[in-house]
Amino acid sequence: MKPMSVIVRTMTRSLYPFILLFGAYLVVHGHLTPGGGFQGGAVAASAIALAIAAFGGTKAYHEKTLALFESGGLLFFLSLGLIGMGVAFMWNFLAGSGSLFGDPVAYGSNPGYLNTAGTIPLMNIAVGLEVVGGLGAIMLAMGSYAFDEDKEVSS
Amino acid sequence: MRKSIALGALLIFFGFLLVAIMNIHSFGYPTNTAMDDYFIRNGQEQTGANNIVTAIVFDYRGYDTIGEATVLFTAVAGVLLALRKGGEEE
Repeated sequence: MKPMSVIVRTMTRSLYPFILLFGAYLVVHGHLTPGGGFQGGAVAASAIALAIAAFGGTKAYHEKTLALFESGGLLFFLSLGLIGMGVAFMWNFLAGSGSLFGDPVAYGSNPGYLNTAGTIPLMNIAVGLEVVGGLGAIMLAMGSYAFDEDKEVSS
Repeated sequence: MRKSIALGALLIFFGFLLVAIMNIHSFGYPTNTAMDDYFIRNGQEQTGANNIVTAIVFDYRGYDTIGEATVLFTAVAGVLLALRKGGEEE
């Protein structure tokens, strides 16, 4: 792919970190506000798509890294489900335990604290990693394999 | 002949749909609320999450979410396999 014009590239340079930050916010605050792993991961993957489309390059991302994110996210998710196996599969063993993400939550309507909800934020992060890796790998494949102008596409 | 049969089947189908949509409960007043009430009453206490949707998706029905994540994983693997240039070493 050819890089796009200098206007698009400049805007991409300034917008790119904010899109990534918004995606991370959606993932981390999934148990407090609308959003979660799937949605936040898709937003962060759109930043990768923007960068690939604007710069026309594949140097910043490697398919191996994104595939590692994807597999690692899914493995993290599955192992979190398996750790709670002492009670039941997917048991929320961290909720209310006082440790990581285990603060007691105030009942009723309240803005909420980030350090609550047990395994739910960890699962959100795991799913977010998986979605970023998976969708980013798809964008990378479409951008670099399918529209490669130097070589023949057919094979 | 085949066209008229298809049209008749379509009309019957839409008739059933119309009957169903006319007999549905009014918006905001579900008929069976036992499960909704349980989640709303106990969700915050049991999971600690303020977002009840996330509490259901990632805690009560986490098994379903594992399926979703696996579907996404399989889809990505399939797309990467299909888009790869064949038989070429980099």
